[in-house]
Amino acid sequence: MLKPGPFYQRDREWHPPAHTPNYKTSVSRSPQYSMISLENNVSEITGPTFGHNDIDPLDKDLIYNYAKSGESAIGERIILHGRVLDENAKPIPNTLVEIWQANAGGRYRHKKDTYLAPIDPNFGGCGRTLTDENGYYYFRTVKPGAYPWRNWVNNWRPAHIHMSIFGTAFCQRLITQCYFEGDPLIAKCPIVNTIPDPAAIELLVAKLDLNATIPLDTIAYKFDIVLRGRRSTLFENRPEGN
Amino acid sequence: MTQQLDYLKETPSQTAGPYVHIGLAPGAAGFDIYRQELGWDIAGPNARGERIRVEGVVIDGMGSPIKDVMLETWQANSEGIYAHPEHTGDVEDGFRGWGRVITDFDTGEWGFDTVKPGPVKLPDGKVSAPHISLWIVARGINVGLQTRLYFEDETEANAADPVINLIEWEKRRQTLIARKTERDGKTVYRFEVKLQGPDETVFFDI
Ligand SMILES: [Fe+3]
Repeated sequence: MLKPGPFYQRDREWHPPAHTPNYKTSVSRSPQYSMISLENNVSEITGPTFGHNDIDPLDKDLIYNYAKSGESAIGERIILHGRVLDENAKPIPNTLVEIWQANAGGRYRHKKDTYLAPIDPNFGGCGRTLTDENGYYYFRTVKPGAYPWRNWVNNWRPAHIHMSIFGTAFCQRLITQCYFEGDPLIAKCPIVNTIPDPAAIELLVAKLDLNATIPLDTIAYKFDIVLRGRRSTLFENRPEGN
Repeated sequence: MTQQLDYLKETPSQTAGPYVHIGLAPGAAGFDIYRQELGWDIAGPNARGERIRVEGVVIDGMGSPIKDVMLETWQANSEGIYAHPEHTGDVEDGFRGWGRVITDFDTGEWGFDTVKPGPVKLPDGKVSAPHISLWIVARGINVGLQTRLYFEDETEANAADPVINLIEWEKRRQTLIARKTERDGKTVYRFEVKLQGPDETVFFDI
């Protein structure tokens, strides 16, 4: 049997570089020296695991997970769903997916957010779930609003949902943002445009998925996530594990 | 037909932004939503070994502490075993080795309690000095930064550590060493991460 080996190296030309002057905050928060490249070893190919006792089924329903009983969050009701795969197109089961977002008016429930759009009393703005045995996940939520932010004088973030994904190894850890098909703000956003390759940006745009909508109830968007893949150890010159 | 590689491309990273707490530590954002938040108990009450506290700050290129940073920690137990199915050996009930650490929003100071990890045996027979892997995300950080924290009082193990020895510049190795102090009889390690400047912390592309 083939034992799993090291993960494929991260394509650093595909990810945004650290220093992206049009996204101003990155200027003083980007390391200037080269990273030291490290072949994966035990500390990198292991990582935290999660189970169903860590979370509750309602955690993935943002319309109701913070709502008073009998009430629900305000906004365009959406299902966000897809699969978590690795670069070999193999599904990653049982992995934790966490999301956070602004409400339908573009306001976050956070001490530090002072945007003038109102807080929705029935919307917390976070959710979490585990992928099933096929790597599939889904959330129900409301579509977040666009919001202004200080970068240039007049910047607006496209509607987006922040996503955090674990995989099985600490070296697969990823945080990203999911955008929505057709949003004209995507092309204008300095944070989106930290990513150099338009084909990479395309991967962050969820597709309208009419087949997955619930008629007269909830619209749906499909968003697949790909984490780093892993080599099978074909030869014993690099033994893995103990 | 042209031969094709059929690998998928990794989903590109985006900054965690200023409101990462809403998703990963909602209590800190100012609201209570989950039955339990994840990552607050790294070692659990049954963990063997020396109880320690680690404290620090992440400093930007202007010399200011970053107040909206979030760190995740990953470590072995005191016997050098990770709580993961691919690592042979058992860990104590409740030992996870994984934590989430957020700052004081006013000062940027952070800290966490854990047990000191043991040395980790590597498959090639070498031994990794006790260390805690750190993953750092914040507004302005486009791809989470990976680094490692080693302990000042492990001089010999550190000198033999294969990762520390990969760093060509001996001066830069010092950026990975947490300084040992004591407070009220408890061991506290201090670890300052510098994102820029002549003493910029070593980050790893793992
Ligand atoms: Fe945001």
